[in-house]
Amino acid sequence: MGRQLLLEHIAVPGIETFEVYRKMGGYASVEKALKTMTPDQVTEQVKNSGLRGRGGAGFPAGMKWSFLDRKSDKPRYLVCNADESEPGTFKDRYLMEKIPHLLVEGMITSSYALGAKTSYIYIRGEYMYVLQILEKAIREAYAAGFLGKNILGTDYSLDLYVHPGAGAYICGEETALLESLEGKRGNPRLKPPFPAIAGLYASPTVVNNVETIAAVVPIVNLGGDEYAKVGVGKSTGTKLISASGHINKPGVYEIEMGLPVEEFIYSDQYCGGIWKGRKLKAVVAGGSSVPILPAELILKTAKGEPRLMTYESLADGGFTSGTMLGSGGFIVMDETTCIVRNLWTFARFYHHESCGQCSPCREGTGWMEKVLHRIEHGHGQMSDIDLLVDVAKKIEGNTICPLGDAAAWPVASAIRHFREEFEYHVKYPEKVKNPKHFEIEPFVSSKQLVMV
Amino acid sequence: MATEKETIQFSDSALSKAKEIIGRYPEGKQKSALLPLLHLAQSEFDGWLSPAVMDYVASLLQIKPIEVYEVATFYTMFNLEPVGNHLLEVCRTGPCWLRGAEDIVKRIEQKLNIKVGETTADGKFTLKTVECLGSCGTAPMLQCGATFFENLSEESVEVLIEKLAKQKRSSYLRPTEINVG
Repeated sequence: MGRQLLLEHIAVPGIETFEVYRKMGGYASVEKALKTMTPDQVTEQVKNSGLRGRGGAGFPAGMKWSFLDRKSDKPRYLVCNADESEPGTFKDRYLMEKIPHLLVEGMITSSYALGAKTSYIYIRGEYMYVLQILEKAIREAYAAGFLGKNILGTDYSLDLYVHPGAGAYICGEETALLESLEGKRGNPRLKPPFPAIAGLYASPTVVNNVETIAAVVPIVNLGGDEYAKVGVGKSTGTKLISASGHINKPGVYEIEMGLPVEEFIYSDQYCGGIWKGRKLKAVVAGGSSVPILPAELILKTAKGEPRLMTYESLADGGFTSGTMLGSGGFIVMDETTCIVRNLWTFARFYHHESCGQCSPCREGTGWMEKVLHRIEHGHGQMSDIDLLVDVAKKIEGNTICPLGDAAAWPVASAIRHFREEFEYHVKYPEKVKNPKHFEIEPFVSSKQLVMV
Repeated sequence: MATEKETIQFSDSALSKAKEIIGRYPEGKQKSALLPLLHLAQSEFDGWLSPAVMDYVASLLQIKPIEVYEVATFYTMFNLEPVGNHLLEVCRTGPCWLRGAEDIVKRIEQKLNIKVGETTADGKFTLKTVECLGSCGTAPMLQCGATFFENLSEESVEVLIEKLAKQKRSSYLRPTEINVG
């Protein structure tokens, strides 16, 4: 097992309580930051660490912090994005449920760096029981003097609240999240202005993912340069990976960036290999939005180099033969999986979650769902396959927020890598009538036959 | 409707909770409390939001009723029609589908003799399918009120239904202790 910077103490009994968390060295980053560092020095450490946003986009966190308008006379806000809803992603829930004080600690240290006096954790409404775990942790932190007025006897005061969403994937997009936090529909805003200038209540605001904020704790404790020594190149530190699908050991794993994908899938320390002794067919490596890759391309790049768990290695080859680390939602499919049916569930998801603001996304996601439904159920035509490619292309890049892209990429990539399987559904409608068609008789690509 | 409106009122504890929630947001930004208050209202009034309940929430926040309606209709967790005592929400997205969510839905439909979207005649259960609930590593799963039931099998979901049938309405705010192994 590699180095654990976030989950090191996750198995300690009682770690969800303030007492045990503190005994294990918790809240040291708050003491260090508030008593020995200026807010700008904390931001400097985050910059040095090379930490990139863990929600999916991978934007450098320190840079995002430095964009915050510090000259404005309006109050500044830190808002934690705990609206985890990307299919395949459940790492933030795990962290908040098992070690809630890590997030609370990260929120205090980060709020200090940004000069926020009030901060919010926006958590998806379905995680209501996790909200209660966080609220308990916050109450304990107040009681211990880590929240409220004059924290640890310093001039710094902070109030922290948890705010529930109510079932809308779109609220994971930061401007939709802010709209929602203001009590409105979750419609993304046009940018600019960016939240760093005009965010919550039109005030300067930073929105960061749960894991990003948690990572600030080891960054402050170790120093940004030390943190940056973990990982490879511009993929510094550790990453929480949510592993799901057809593997022996689904769950959340903290990996050092740079771990080979093959080791992650097959090692007993991580996924433990493919279930039921079956073969690997495909992986969606970073949440449902990122391009799906067939087994041979997820294990090795097109150049034949071992694929690593880093932003750069997973993206090697662009969208032609690569994918993205995204949120770290690692969905594994065995040889019996129908790629078309899996894609149909994704398309249905994006159709359901489109906020309806932009026509290409509102209409296009529905068309893709319908066309995929008819192909999967044996009513498709050969021209439907290119129709899907065409619709995806017309959504991509033509919407206010990235949900449109997120809906288009899975469709485009599935057809790019598994076109034969779509054609099979059109050619042999009788064979796909049973929803479990490839469990009965796995699909064999003619290309693979040639290769063998 | 007018007479119904007069009877809509939070319990004392819910009302003080609502005031505490409103206090979390800056002066003049009380509309921010809308989603938490709608959750509270749904839990107070039998698991759904009638127009009268939404009007009541609007009055608490001193906003127009339309501001509540437009929000309540946007977010899928708010039920705008009555639901059974136990709303079974089965995740159907990719990762859950890979681990057999379709079989779970089918088994529930057979057991309760209803289809997705329907409520049993005795008003005990409503069955819905929902999108990813962030429980992909413990798939297949369903949510009932504030509780996640994970690593389900066709057998365990039957046991779950039998246990829930003996319980009062599932809470939207507090998880239950039912264990289906």
